[in-house]
This record gives sequence, structure tokens and C-alpha cells, in this order.
Amino acid sequence: MTQEQKKRKNHIFGMVIDLDKCTGCGSCMVACMSENNVPFREDESDKKRSITWMRVYKMTNGKPFPDTEICYLPRPCMHCGGRDDRGHSPCVSVCPANATQYGYDTGIVSQIYTRCFGCRYCMAACPYHARYFNWWDPKWPGEMEKYLSPDVSPRMRGVVEKCSFCYQRYQAARDKALYEGRDEIKENEYQTACTEACPAGAITFGDLNNPDHMVTKMVQPDFHHSRKPRNPKAFRLLERLETNPKVYYISQRDWVRKAGDNYLKGEWEKLNKNRSNSNE
Amino acid sequence: MKVDRRSFLGLGLGAVAGVTVSPMPWKLIDDVSIWTQNWPWTPVPPNGEVTYENTVCTLCPGHCGISVRKINGRPVKIEGRKGYPINDGGVCLHGLSSLQYLYDPARIKYPLIKKGKSWEKIPWKDAITLVAGKLAELRGKGGPDKLACIADDNKSIISGLFERFLTVFGSNNFYTMDSMEKTWNMTLKKMHHIDASAGFDLKNSDFILSFGCGFIEGWGSPVHNFQINSSLKDNKAKFIQIEPRLSHTAAKADRWIPVKPGTDADLALGMCCEIISNNLYDTSYVSDFTKGFNDFSNMVKKNYTPEKISVTTGVSVSEIKALAVKFAKAKTPVAIAGKGRGYKAGNLKEFAAVHALNCLAGNINKKGGVITMPFMEYGNWPAINMDSIASSGIAKPEINRAGSVAGLFSKINSSEKSPVDILFVYQSNPCYTLHDANAMEKAVEKIPFIVNFSSVMDETATKADIILPSHMFLERYEDVPGAPGLVESITGLSVPIVGPIFNTKNPGDSILMLAKVLKGSVASNFPWKNYQDCLKKITGNIWNKLAKDGYVKKNVNLPYIRPDADFSFSAKNTGYIKMEGNEGSFPLILVPVDNMRLLSGDFASSPFAVKTVSDKVIKKHDILVELNPATAKKNGLAQGDYAMIATPKGTAKVKVHVFEGIMPGLIGMDEGLGHKAENIFIKNKGVNVNELVGPVMDTGSGLDAAWGIRAKISRV
Repeated sequence: MTQEQKKRKNHIFGMVIDLDKCTGCGSCMVACMSENNVPFREDESDKKRSITWMRVYKMTNGKPFPDTEICYLPRPCMHCGGRDDRGHSPCVSVCPANATQYGYDTGIVSQIYTRCFGCRYCMAACPYHARYFNWWDPKWPGEMEKYLSPDVSPRMRGVVEKCSFCYQRYQAARDKALYEGRDEIKENEYQTACTEACPAGAITFGDLNNPDHMVTKMVQPDFHHSRKPRNPKAFRLLERLETNPKVYYISQRDWVRKAGDNYLKGEWEKLNKNRSNSNE
Repeated sequence: MKVDRRSFLGLGLGAVAGVTVSPMPWKLIDDVSIWTQNWPWTPVPPNGEVTYENTVCTLCPGHCGISVRKINGRPVKIEGRKGYPINDGGVCLHGLSSLQYLYDPARIKYPLIKKGKSWEKIPWKDAITLVAGKLAELRGKGGPDKLACIADDNKSIISGLFERFLTVFGSNNFYTMDSMEKTWNMTLKKMHHIDASAGFDLKNSDFILSFGCGFIEGWGSPVHNFQINSSLKDNKAKFIQIEPRLSHTAAKADRWIPVKPGTDADLALGMCCEIISNNLYDTSYVSDFTKGFNDFSNMVKKNYTPEKISVTTGVSVSEIKALAVKFAKAKTPVAIAGKGRGYKAGNLKEFAAVHALNCLAGNINKKGGVITMPFMEYGNWPAINMDSIASSGIAKPEINRAGSVAGLFSKINSSEKSPVDILFVYQSNPCYTLHDANAMEKAVEKIPFIVNFSSVMDETATKADIILPSHMFLERYEDVPGAPGLVESITGLSVPIVGPIFNTKNPGDSILMLAKVLKGSVASNFPWKNYQDCLKKITGNIWNKLAKDGYVKKNVNLPYIRPDADFSFSAKNTGYIKMEGNEGSFPLILVPVDNMRLLSGDFASSPFAVKTVSDKVIKKHDILVELNPATAKKNGLAQGDYAMIATPKGTAKVKVHVFEGIMPGLIGMDEGLGHKAENIFIKNKGVNVNELVGPVMDTGSGLDAAWGIRAKISRV
């Protein structure tokens, strides 16, 4: 741990998703929807309107049968830190109502539903399509309103929502720590719903600023270089936009890592040649 | 005062300017924007004390342990149950949606009786009396064997009560849906002459050869297998998937070997030939514990050489040989069968061919091998005493000897008068899940009186004459024995997480009430006060542990005695089924696809689950089927085009999704869609693939072994 990291008591909550373990089952999607009172409509086949804080994408290597390969990629909100984690996430930078803010103590980009007036500027700014707009008032059929959790506000129409790294669970963990008279929360006390639900164990969640947490060990973020992963098998989506996301992906497969960003013809191979020659 | 135009304009502008710099319009705008927008119908969920309660999910045969988070006793979230032996904290998307099943708008809220074409509410007492009356009438006529029952399984106490009811009533027409479990049981019977179910110690296997199993698509106990799949790399184990399409399982496998559909047995026997020819089999097991080996050996060497099989399966000779050698040389290789989720029976000879590989490897009843699991039985059922009506009823043969529901319904359809007068349907949806679903519906319509015990208005419930609705699993006590493929004998206990929210009953109680009203000999065989009393007494000495821990587990101490293997069944080169339809009229093959996100069994998918389904599978109300680009081009079809599929059993309008991962010549169609009943979130979306595929009765097992059908596709 560097001197800087020792001084900093802030958390940098992040996620590592092992794409070789992800089975594409969709449990993370449903766990998130259930935990966070996310609504559903009769027709969810229009994916531009479907609210999925966590969404599993299907990627293919584009090769013909029988060399075809597919890979599933779960995408929550990236909780971008902007350059050097100064809090200039694309969405935070454009919100006119201050409804979305960067939390310097947790690294989590928050969303205050009552402040949002639905201009959708943040949706335009987000390069990951991680933000969703409530075009309609949510309606829970029959008596399903009874299963709503009191820890997350149900939203009304006209408001943008997105993954919050289950902030209500962070609050609950902090309350528990406070009640037990301690300052720090333990790694297993704050885990997001998707991490907990993943039956394949593909998702790991924790504090990237804590060298003992699994997430740090898995990707070895380089704090001198925008938390880029030192693990050569790890990557972040659209790395070169410098959004500095907190969600890392790991894959042994070359084509999967290549799919993480847009490359010019031959660029990926050139970059990789350099990488394999370096000492990292 | 004289107001000319100039002063009017001047005063007007002055007034406007004055008002604008006053707070009034701004306050008004602010107020209007708040008071027209804070609608009272945005729910505010009530807060309260947080508690967690454990139970077991029974939405699929996986039987995962789940933990329910409650606020003031109100369930709000389902989570996995850490430490539960089957799933240790993991849970699938369907279990996670359990609360949507609890509050499903399609739930049946009280007993219903069919009057004409519509349903009418009827009190429980009247409903029970009516059904008992019909039953008594049947007994009086001397036709108790004309009572049949279809249940989800034959292992739990509730299904035990149904089966017992039929026996003491005078009928042995108790049926459960065909599934791979039945075929595996028969495979072990034919090849080892024992009564056992198949367990697979895949956690400790170093080489898993899967013949089309949807290992991470819901095969066996889904979450249990997800966890094994994740541990494969750490354990340096290899997983090889054999199927014509790139499923999720194939995508995650170490190697995907595409084979022509229906040629799994050929590949297995080709591998046997190679293994035997090179003496790579477990010689001590084969010499000491098997018979019929020489016949088998000669048969495969004659008919299933890698060269011959290469043509049949489309796999190269070198690949077949390499695979055979890798399998045989692995320390603990296991070959598994049961396509997709394993909800369909499959071909007995094909399972036997696959299991022959296990026998050649001698990897039976050892750590990391195939384990012959004793059937789980509760020893505390009191002796049955039958009266003369019952005895004479039992003496008559079953309507379908093999115990196949598909066979039963075929018989009903082909008979002028239905051999079944009264049908009980418990936790099954045959009108949806049986092949040739439309014809099966016609069969159901022939039955004079149907009593359905479902909790939700599914396709089969809509055809019933009377519904005695059951609690959903979160509302009831129930013993939950086992899960397919496990190597531990586990019995879980499902407990009521909430009091019944509607006027429903535990189905165990419904059947006990019926028995009591019938009085006489039938009633005497049900000495329990209610289902809970019955549950305690039947589970007997495991009840205390079951109630305390929520489960009881019995380990299997490996290794134990390997049963003798009889290869003579596999030595006969007959009994393999052919796909229905002739190639001339139907040049393509329709293969059903088991999608993890869509339930294809007794329950329909929840709104949450349907929401996760890709728009390359459901688009508005249309289903998209997979076609290889070459096949699409050949038939003049492009991505998103409408098309007509025709099979010998029916036609359907679908949309096309061009997918490189499916073999040319195939049409891939997801299971679990095309529901005509249930709630609006799943209803009328897509097509039920079971309507297009017909049953093919397996001469060896007597079950429906079909898995696909020949088809053609054309532009619309």
C-alpha cells in the first residue's frame, strides 16, 4: 500500500466479473430487480425501454459454425470516477439538477430520484447505456406491491434510475458497524445483490482501495495510472474514453478482451505485442 | 378615467413587468409543477423489523435451499441459503422470482367449478362433497380403475398420498411425467439389474463428457451444477459438450463437438469401439463384473467403427479416436445424458450407449464416478388395507403399462370412449408440456370429469371441471426429497413463509379431506388428522432433525460395491428411435432449445424471468427461431423476417434470428413460450414448441423419447 493509499480512508467500491465463469443465467438481473424495486411491463422486448440496472449482454466472436464462440457480459453501472477519480463521471458532469453526484467516500455515483426532473442528459452522456428512464408510472399487478422493499424508494414516471451498487446495503452495513461500535465494515458485510445471487460465483465485489479485498487481488489496480488493471487478463469497458469505471472484467479469451473497446484494424494485435513484451 | 391605446399598452406592459419581478408567477409555476406531479399511487413500502426465514424452493426439481427476507413478516426478497447442501447460497433467477409466483395475478383464489364455459366460485365443503360424490359413484359402478392421477413426481409425501388414495380406491393408474430420471433408472436396471437412481459425482470428476446435457441450462439440480461448472478449471477438470448447437453449456465447455442431431448414441458406441479395440477399458471390472461383453464388443467393432461413425455423426475420425482415448485415460471420467434440462425422457438405448462408456471405464460407485443411488423411501407408511372393490380394481392392468403420461393420453385419444372417467391433476401441466400438445388437449377434453389441484390457472387447469386450488410453495409445509443426479440423499423441508393469502389448501389436506368424506375402507387408510400430522408421522425419526435444520442429509460412503454390468442390452443393435417425418417433405430438423431463463416444466416463467429474455428470442408477441446463415439464405430468409414452420404435427408463424452457432439444416426453438393461459406477462408470447413436436414411443422404455422432429421453413 502506498503512502497515499494509507492516508486515504475512503472506499473505492468496485466489482470484478469473471467472464469465463458467467453462464448467462440472468440471476444477477433478477436479484437486482427484486432488491431494488425495479418495475416490469407487459412487453419487455423493446430493450431501449426495458429498465435493467444490471443487464447481461451476449457477445459472439463473429466466426462461422463450428468456430463460433459466445460470451455473456453482465453490465451494471460502471460508477465512473472520471480521470484520477476526481468525480467527473460523464453523467455527473452533465446533470443540471445535481440529482446524480459522485461520492468521494465510496466511489459510488448516487442518484436522488426526487431531484431528478427527467431531462435525460445523463442518459445521453453515459457511454455504457447504464441509465434508464421511467417513461411510465410503474404498475405492480395484483398484490405484488406487497413484495416491495422499504429500503429502496420506488420511482415514479419522469425519473432516471440506475444501479447504485445496492447503496442500501452499504447503509445497513454501516449501521451494523456503528451499532457494534466499530469504524470499518468487513468485506462480507457489504455485498451487492447481484454478487450474492450469482450462482456461478462470477461476480466479486469489494473495496479496490483495500489490498486485502478479493477485488484488489484479482485485478491489481494501478492507482498511478487511473486504476488500470495490472492483471493482463483483466480489462474495463471502453477503457480509452477515460471514464475510469469501477467494474473490471476478467477473461482468458483474447477475443473477449478485444471486444471491451473499439479498435482500428490491427490495433489490438499491436497493443498486445507491446503488452506481452513489457514487464508487467 | 380615459384610457387610450397608448396608456392601455403602457399600463399592461407595466403590470406584466411588475408581476414578473414579483414572486407570484414563479411560485405558481413551482407549485403547479409539484402539485400536478406528486401522484399518490407511487407506493411507499411499509418499513419494519427485518427477519430471515429458510425454506426450500420447488419451482423446479433442483430443490435449492432459499432464505426469505421479511419486513414485519412480509416477504420482500429471496436469497440463496448459505450452507444448504444442494446449492450453498446460490439461487437461480426463477427461485429469486418466487414472490412473483406468490402474488401471481393468475393464481386461483378459491375453489372453482366449471359452469358451461365459465368458472364459478364454490365453497370448499361443497367442492369436496361434489368430487367425493363423483368418486363414490365410480366405485359404485365397479369402475374404480377408471380413476387416474397425474402428479409431478412420486417421491414426496403429498404425491405418496395421491398414490395411496388411488390404490385404496382401486386404481393403479398413477402417472408421473416422463423425464430423464425415469430413463436413467431404467438404464441402470437394464445394465446392472438393480433398482437405483443415477447420481453423478461430477464435483470430483476430472473428465465430464456431456451428450447434450444443458449442464448450465437447468440439467439436474441447476445451481449445484453451476457451482461445479465454476470449479472445473480450479480442479483441472475437462468438460466436453456434444450437441449440434452452441448452447451456453457448449460455449463454456473446454471443447464443443457438434454432432448431427440424433446421432449421440452412434458417437458413444463409436467411442466404445475405439476403447475396446485399443484395450483401454477397465479390464478387471470388465472381466470380473460383466457379462455380455463379447457380444457387445463384436457388435460395436462391426457396426460402429470410427470410420463409419464419422459419416453418421459428422465428427472427424481423428476427433472420435482422440475423444475416446482421452475419456478412457482420464482418472475419473463420467459420461452423462439427458438433453437440455432433462425434462423429456429421451431414448433408452441412447442412455445405455452413453452409460456403456461409464461401464468400460469402470467408474461406478467410486469418487468422481457414476453412483447408483438407492431410492429414498420413508418407512413409516402404515399398511394398506383394501376392500373388495379396490382389490378388483387393482387387479386390472394399468391403462399404460409403462407409466407414461404421453402413452396414457395417446390411448385416450385413440379410444372411442375414454378409459379414464375421473382424472386428478396435481402440480402438472400436461396440456402444455406433452409433445403434440394440441392433440393432448383433445384427449383431456374427452375425459368426463377432471379435478385439478393447481395453484395457478395454467393450460391444464383451464380444461378442468373443478379446481381445488393449492397453496403455492411459500405457503405450505412439504417434504422435498432429493434432486436429480445428486450423490447425497437429501430431504429438505419447505415451510410456510406466509399464511395462505387466498382461500387455498395444502394439497395434502385436500386429498385427506376427500378420503375422509368417502368414508369406509378408503378413509380408514388415512388415519392422520391433517397433512402436517401426516408429514410428522411419515418422516418419523427424521422429523426432529428435519424441523430443526430444515434438511436431513445422508452421505454415500464411497467407494462401495460396484454392481455387475450386463452389456447384452447394448449388444442388441436395435431400439434406437428415428425422428418423425420424412426428409423429402421436411428437409430441416426442428430442435427444441432449453433456455435457462424460461421455465419449461410445470410452472411458467415469472415476469422478471420473461423480462431477462433476449429480444432475439421474444419480440413483442413473436418468437424468434435460430437458423444458421446458410440455411436462412437457402430458404430466402433474413434476420427478423417472418416465416412459417411446418412439421408433421403442425405449423407456426415465427420470426427468424440468424445465428452462426447452430448447425446448418437445423431450426432452434426455445421451450417455455406459447402459453395460452397464465398471466399477461407470459401469455400469448411465441409458440409452444411442444405443439410442433410429436411423441415417439420408445419400444424399450415405453416412454416418449422424442427430442426434435423433421420440419420445413418458408417465407411468409
